[in-house]
Amino acid sequence: MASLDSKIPSGPLADKWRKHKTEIKLVNPANKRKYHVVVVGAGLAGASSAASLADLGYQVTCIVFHDSPRRAHSIAAQGGINAAKNYQNDGDSVHRLFYDTLKGGDYRAREANVHRLAEVSVNIIDQCAALGVPFAREYGGLLANRSFGGAQVSRTFYARGQTGQQLLLGAYSSLSRCVGQGTVKLVTEHEMSDLVVVEGQAKGIITRDLKTGKLHRWSADAVILATGGYGNVFNLSTYARGSNATAAWRAYKRGACFANPCFTQIHPTCIPVSGDYQSKLTLMSESLRNDGRIWVPKKKEDCKKDPNSIPEADRDYFLERIYPSFGNLAPRDVSSRAAKRMCDEGRGVGETGLGVYLDYSDAIQRYGKQAAARANLQNPSAEKIRELGEAAVAERYGNLFDIYKEITDESAYKTPMRIYPAVHYTMGGLWVDYNLMSNIPGLFVLGEANFSDHGANRLGASALMQGLADGFFVIPYTIGDYLATQKPGSRPSADRPEFAAAEKNVADMIAKLLAIKGKEPVNYYHKKLGKIMWDYCGMSRTEEGLIKAIGLIQNLRAEFWAGVNVPGSAETLNQALERALRLADFIELGELMCRDALERRESCGGHFREEFQWPDGECKRDDENFAHVAAWEYQGEDKVPLRNIEPLNYEFTKMSVRSYK
Amino acid sequence: MVASAHASPSTAPISITLRVWRQAGPNQPGKFVEYPAKDLNPNMSFLEMLDVVNDELERKGEDPIAFAHDCREGICGTCSLVINGKPHGPHRGVASCQTYMRSFADGDVIVVEPFRAKPFPVIKDLISDRGAFDQIQQAGGFITARAGSAPDANAIPVPKDNADLAMDAAQCIGCGACVAACKNASAMLFVAAKVSHLGLLPQGQAERDQRVLAMVSKMDELGFGNCTNQYECSAACPKLISHDFIARMNRDYIGATFRQAFRPKSLSTAGGA
Ligand SMILES: Cc1cc2nc3c(=O)[nH]c(=O)nc-3n(C[C@H](O)[C@H](O)[C@H](O)COP(=O)(O)OP(=O)(O)OC[C@H]3O[C@@H](n4cnc5c(N)ncnc54)[C@H](O)[C@@H]3O)c2cc1C
Ligand code: SF4
Ligand code: FES
Repeated sequence: MASLDSKIPSGPLADKWRKHKTEIKLVNPANKRKYHVVVVGAGLAGASSAASLADLGYQVTCIVFHDSPRRAHSIAAQGGINAAKNYQNDGDSVHRLFYDTLKGGDYRAREANVHRLAEVSVNIIDQCAALGVPFAREYGGLLANRSFGGAQVSRTFYARGQTGQQLLLGAYSSLSRCVGQGTVKLVTEHEMSDLVVVEGQAKGIITRDLKTGKLHRWSADAVILATGGYGNVFNLSTYARGSNATAAWRAYKRGACFANPCFTQIHPTCIPVSGDYQSKLTLMSESLRNDGRIWVPKKKEDCKKDPNSIPEADRDYFLERIYPSFGNLAPRDVSSRAAKRMCDEGRGVGETGLGVYLDYSDAIQRYGKQAAARANLQNPSAEKIRELGEAAVAERYGNLFDIYKEITDESAYKTPMRIYPAVHYTMGGLWVDYNLMSNIPGLFVLGEANFSDHGANRLGASALMQGLADGFFVIPYTIGDYLATQKPGSRPSADRPEFAAAEKNVADMIAKLLAIKGKEPVNYYHKKLGKIMWDYCGMSRTEEGLIKAIGLIQNLRAEFWAGVNVPGSAETLNQALERALRLADFIELGELMCRDALERRESCGGHFREEFQWPDGECKRDDENFAHVAAWEYQGEDKVPLRNIEPLNYEFTKMSVRSYK
Repeated sequence: MVASAHASPSTAPISITLRVWRQAGPNQPGKFVEYPAKDLNPNMSFLEMLDVVNDELERKGEDPIAFAHDCREGICGTCSLVINGKPHGPHRGVASCQTYMRSFADGDVIVVEPFRAKPFPVIKDLISDRGAFDQIQQAGGFITARAGSAPDANAIPVPKDNADLAMDAAQCIGCGACVAACKNASAMLFVAAKVSHLGLLPQGQAERDQRVLAMVSKMDELGFGNCTNQYECSAACPKLISHDFIARMNRDYIGATFRQAFRPKSLSTAGGA
């Protein structure tokens, strides 16, 4: 049984981090040079940590599967990043951000971690502004904010609809500076395929060079995984196609616990699925809910009508109706389920009936009138107001409207967008303690790849915050606490048998896949896995469905290993092989997600078990039995994994019923 | 039905022939190979069409067409196809992944090639190596600011117009279409975008001269060509980055060269006790 000591410092909540920083072990500057840290990943978490650690003096190697660190999936984040700056003077504070995030996560995250996140959020904005991130500004030159779901203050900083891109480019520029100065060795197009554990500690990794197929051994004093989330288990998701779980999954198979794997986020505002050829789903940023209003027709027979022809009285603005105090800004899990309920009632729109409207006509009117007033126009015509309003909306969300147009061939300025929930984020991930170290000493996990800060549901604009918090402001302190216990220069040689064994493990798996020469392409199985997961482990789950899904996935796994056709060889760039290797891990992880969902006999956040709901359809949490983290431990091939528990002790906050009404 | 805006786009299937560049590896000879693609939903993206063709190839145990892609929504800059002679295909202001089959007609023959330029060698089929862009960034595309050293973000106001213009430049996705479109394989638009983004912000002033000099010198060293003001670059750019930024960078460069020559330099760079 794994030991799960969360190492949360004692003392008052607001003092824990400060106190921890002063008590933590330090590595002296001369010794820092002697430690080699391998950072896998260069998204917000990986790039910021690699740069910060290099600036402190550590030897850093940063490894990514992408052809450039700037391609990491963080680049796609649209809406914004939260920070408790209270620049709007609207009552925000570290405590409020902490509380919103903890409540948003339906009280399934650690208090201490979330508080630290809220504390360092303010430093992130300072750091990013210093790096030249072109955040949106007001006319006076100061920073602008917008609102996001699950909050009643405006604390989200943004750079048009490309906040993730700009933040990532900021972190990437720091990383690039270090690479240019020779303090970080950057290795692109290498995929981590195994973790090397020596005498119980993480001491290296194996990678496959995606261009040549060659396997490499990397020995290190500590390994950091910042490899992102695993939402592509569902095949269709808002993730980039290359996002994968391989690094985390191979670490799991080497003993790292996987925490709360069933906690996945289904985002309410995505462009609906249109055909079975589809390869990805596109997010329409949550920021659109600042100004857009979500509705379905009141009457089923109106569902196929032109939405502009449906009179106001026949529209059901269901989020505003059900959750009057948060309205269209209800959190994601809540909004997604509400949309699903509307569609289940037969009031969904679009060809498939799986869609709801996100309507901008009110916002266009409102902004149009404001702009007309600013320009001192007397009695502006309806067209003029519309024109000014559309321009104002374009300034805020233009790129999103463009994306919508490209994909659907429809103009959302003229007719409401059709949206539907889609898989978007994974709150679960490798278990880490307060220092972000997994239960394998020396293995640290940052960003979306860990489980730590978002509980059972993540609030919008808080993943970017967490990635940069972990990389810029947490790991630079906490890694020292571990490295100080390691003798400088004691890093094992890559010739050790543990490295050879890990390398052989990877080579064997590759050889096995290439030898199958079956009948179906990798995508065929990925689509099947995705459908099982969406049907039984998606927006709502039942005991019966989950048991069935586990059986289906086990069968699929056998079918895959007998029937897949992976052409080509191991010694070249082979994209079919890359996909097959990733899918092999997704299939196993999918089964674990179902197991976790089955065992968590309650509903909380994004995990909705139909058996556990209040009469109004809201989540029925069971704090008595499930106020804990479930950290799954691998027990070997075809053995049921062990479910370890880390109790969530709330010292300062009351776990209350989460209401947005 | 009232508004025509609501009419669903046509979904009548189309069939096309692909003429694709196949090249087994770097420095190997390549050639065009034809593949039929039948009964495609026009709302399918170009990359999804390639997925369908590849699934068919894999089923037969043949090597699928290698192509670079990731986000499939026009932001990561990975996709890099030359479609019918145009980097990123027929439409302005979009990346290859945002090209849809509805842009083509039933019966079309579509030629697909990788981005080609001397500094972007082909790795396999439709994938070329754009690592040179990272090297240019590493030479100077940054503001030095260690974590922990930054002042309050609102301590330095940035005029909104400058912030907006900086953002226009910062939108570059590093795809390399500008280079692929340019007969000289010039990287001026890409470099100008970064130089302008950082140079427009007060935070970027300290290293402004050094940045433009270092990035331009790296660009030359890596074998990118000169700019002869053809503006094919901005026409092919998926983010429609304006070539005005090139003029801006040229001014910066000349100024920096001048200042570099005449700037008084401190003789002491050592720290005190
Ligand atoms: C469409 C979209 C919009 C979003 N919008 C927002 C938003 O507005 N606000 C917000 O806060 N959050 C948003 N998110 C969530 C947020 O973007 C992500 O959670 C976050 O960026 C993840 O960052 P990361 O550094 O943990 O991982 P990533 O950015 O995913 O980076 C992973 C890195 O790991 C590398 N890697 C992975 N596996 C391997 C391997 N096996 N070997 C080698 N390298 C590997 C990759 O190359 C990459 O560099 C959004 C997410 C999506 C999908
Ligand atoms: S300037 Fe445009 S074309 Fe060139 S790399 Fe940037 S986004 Fe691509
Ligand atoms: S795949 Fe990311 S920009 Fe096209």
